[in-house]
Amino acid sequence: MTGQPRGWTAVCPLTRLDPGRGMAALVDGVQVALFRTAADLFALDNRDPVTDAYVLSRGIVGSRDGVPTVASPLHKQAYDLRTGACLDLPGVAVRWHEVRCRAGLVEIRLREEA
Amino acid sequence: MKKGRLVVVGNGMVGQRFVDALRARDSDGRWRVTVLGEEPRPAYDRVRLSALFDGVDADELNLHTPDPQVQLRLGTSVTAIDRARRVVATTAGEYPYDALVLATGSYAFVPPIDGVDLPGVFTYRTLDDLAAIRAHARGRRRGAVIGGGLLGLEAANALRLLGLATSVVEVAPRLMPMQVDTAGGALLRRYVEELDVACHLGVATSALHPGPDGSVAQLELADGGRVDADLVVVATGIRPRDELARAAGLPLGSRGGVLVDHTCRSADERIWAVGECAAVDDTCHGLVGPGYAMAETVADRLVGGAATVPDADTATKLKLLGVDVASFGDAHGTTPGCLDVTFTDPATRVYAKLVLSDDAQTLLGGVLVGDADAYPTLRASVGQPLPAAPLALLAPAGAGAGAAALPGSAQVCSCNAVTRADLDAAIAGGATDVPALKACTRAGTSCGSCVPMLRQLLDAAGVGQPRGLCEHFDVSRQELFDLIRVREIRTFSSLIAEHGRGDGCDICKPVVASILASLGTGHLLDGERASLQDTNDHFLANLQRDGSYSVVPRIPGGEITPEKLIVLGEVARDFALYTKITGGQRIDLFGARVEQLPQIWRRLVDAGFESGHAYGKALRTVKSCVGSTWCRYGVQDSVGLAIALELRYRGLRAPHKIKSAVSGCARECAEARGKDFGIIATDAGWNLYVGGNGGFRPRHADLFATDLTTEALVRLVDRFLMYYIRTADRLQRTAAWIEAMDGGLAHLNAVIVDDSLGLCAELDAAMARHVGSYSDEWRDVLEDPARLDRFTSFVNAPQVPDPSIRFTEERGQRIPARAGGTGNQQPVGLGTPEVRR
Repeated sequence: MTGQPRGWTAVCPLTRLDPGRGMAALVDGVQVALFRTAADLFALDNRDPVTDAYVLSRGIVGSRDGVPTVASPLHKQAYDLRTGACLDLPGVAVRWHEVRCRAGLVEIRLREEA
Repeated sequence: MKKGRLVVVGNGMVGQRFVDALRARDSDGRWRVTVLGEEPRPAYDRVRLSALFDGVDADELNLHTPDPQVQLRLGTSVTAIDRARRVVATTAGEYPYDALVLATGSYAFVPPIDGVDLPGVFTYRTLDDLAAIRAHARGRRRGAVIGGGLLGLEAANALRLLGLATSVVEVAPRLMPMQVDTAGGALLRRYVEELDVACHLGVATSALHPGPDGSVAQLELADGGRVDADLVVVATGIRPRDELARAAGLPLGSRGGVLVDHTCRSADERIWAVGECAAVDDTCHGLVGPGYAMAETVADRLVGGAATVPDADTATKLKLLGVDVASFGDAHGTTPGCLDVTFTDPATRVYAKLVLSDDAQTLLGGVLVGDADAYPTLRASVGQPLPAAPLALLAPAGAGAGAAALPGSAQVCSCNAVTRADLDAAIAGGATDVPALKACTRAGTSCGSCVPMLRQLLDAAGVGQPRGLCEHFDVSRQELFDLIRVREIRTFSSLIAEHGRGDGCDICKPVVASILASLGTGHLLDGERASLQDTNDHFLANLQRDGSYSVVPRIPGGEITPEKLIVLGEVARDFALYTKITGGQRIDLFGARVEQLPQIWRRLVDAGFESGHAYGKALRTVKSCVGSTWCRYGVQDSVGLAIALELRYRGLRAPHKIKSAVSGCARECAEARGKDFGIIATDAGWNLYVGGNGGFRPRHADLFATDLTTEALVRLVDRFLMYYIRTADRLQRTAAWIEAMDGGLAHLNAVIVDDSLGLCAELDAAMARHVGSYSDEWRDVLEDPARLDRFTSFVNAPQVPDPSIRFTEERGQRIPARAGGTGNQQPVGLGTPEVRR
């Protein structure tokens, strides 16, 4: 499978997402945390790399110094919604995925590797 | 090196302090210590003796920690000192010494009045005295105290608390003649009489007369007056216990006491005396502070030091019968040429007097009655140039000058001899808050009266003061609460647009969510508010390490019918939930996935359960013991009260979780003193304790009010909780809230009992709104499809359960299959015990 470009998968209407909140989606068997902010959409792996639990979609969305973030609901480490980099633990990151809204539908395209 | 034999006679407060001080200094173990104590129990805090009548246990007064290097012989009376053989003789044999420290204290002086030996007449000095008073007071109605000094007023309060109509007879023309002057005494009398304590001043007691049962029934006064009393406490002063020294031929002070020099050494170089039995400069001191200074001096000398006893600090501040009284320095103005500045405010009923040097430049002493807030600053300023104009210093609760105006040499903490300069150095060295200052200087660790000054010094240095909540708000939680309340802001977006910046974060969003919930402004999951909730509040369940949730239905007071217990069992079985009894007397069901939560709650709500708010910063449980319904010791219905309180405060959102408990008698089986608010039954009603905490930093709750009716109790708890909700910091439990509060428990008392801020009506109304608008969060979710939509595993595959939540089995129940990333612990096994048949 590696190296093969993946396609876009429609997951839900945009209206199904609340601004400032995340939802989990299942794309090709991968758990994705999907976030809607006031102006944007973001997608990260749903797995919290610190605890190995699939919970990032349930974290609180916000910002830190202008960077859009989600805080893990388990131990509150913040992740950059754009890049997946953990802002509290150097070297820790989650994979980010491409996301877009077309004709009112939110679509995700998985990225292979971080 | 051969060890010296050190014998200490007396195990009171000063004797114990001496042993502690010596053991701390004697690092090479040059002394082998034997302590001979006459009372059957080790040292206890005699200063706080009256706290026993406030519901404090005798155990809490204990000052003694066992030390294997110290031999403690209790219940042992010393009968003689043989100075030639260097041996003390006791009822249990002889003890040879190389050094002998007398810490024999004093005895209660009982004047030779006719009838003073009648049954029902007591002194007020030991735990045994108090036990005897308590026993005799049972079933009796009137008490009297002979002596209106400090101890006499404490005894009078004790009699009041025992339910006796109380009189005080004092031979001097005013109360507390040693500490306060005429005007201060007059105000003090008004305060005391308002508490229905009758004062007979300027008159001696000439005789005590028995009643038909042979025990005391009446006092006869020198002016012919009569006072009925079937319990009498004699509190007419103390006398040093110097009989051993006298018999051994040691010189005594002119008014008794073992005559010692500035190192506390007697005429015999091997014999020392400390505390109330010692006469330094021919003066005995009845306060513990000078006694402690003597103990430290002798300890230092015995390990080769050169300490001498500092001038005794006779400053006192205490709350007697609810009135602040303080005196310090030359309170009576005996210095030649000194000047008085007095301040009397009949409206606030405050009296204050400063004694100044003849040039009005130096503070010599003073008296405060009614409001002693200025005491720490003033006491520290004795002998120093005045830190501000006298009236500014005396203005009640006024800014005054504060600690920032003190010179470096001023002693801020007199208990531990810490100066302003010491504290400034600690602040410069990195101490940024009061606990840090306490740790590095010991200031404020004994009586605590200087703690407000520590805070002022931190302020003056501009360090460690509270900042905004997070990068999005410059205001504190309390200010945010007031903004939202007063301006009726209902959405986070308008709040942050007007009063903050950025998009918020996991700190400020839940705070605002909690404030909106505390103000009773609608359901947690409605509209924009859902996005503010922490995951626990968002799913109304407790997130566990594997991403599953646990469910805790409310079981008020821990009381549950068999039918409901069976429902819990059936639900747990049907959803295969791991089941555990919690510390709060309820049942926790683990391992539920988000999409199962509504199904589980449908079953629970149908059976009559409601949310237990285990997921919220809210009231958790009100735990209870069995209470008077079943328990043969119970004196009140603790279960009934716990249920009523739990139902009253259920769903109340707060800065942090709130726990409570009710015990039906003093045995305290519900562990109420470990709770934010705890209630313990008394014969007459309920005692309320506040600010307890288990957890990371355990703290016993403080007694707040005694013998309350249920109605009065509920009113106090209403206000306590609402004031906490309005003013505490984020994630600040009540224990830390009270500790950080300026003025502490006394301030809390002023606000919610005396209504000093005029807030009570508002607090009462806020609680009434909460109680009136409560509705079960889970029932509200089940009735609303939009809210139910949130309980979805995957937005594009709601029928697929989260595949990462997997289970294995342990002790017959399901547990998470994969260890979490933090703490890959192995199951605990201690081998299988063999059961013999």
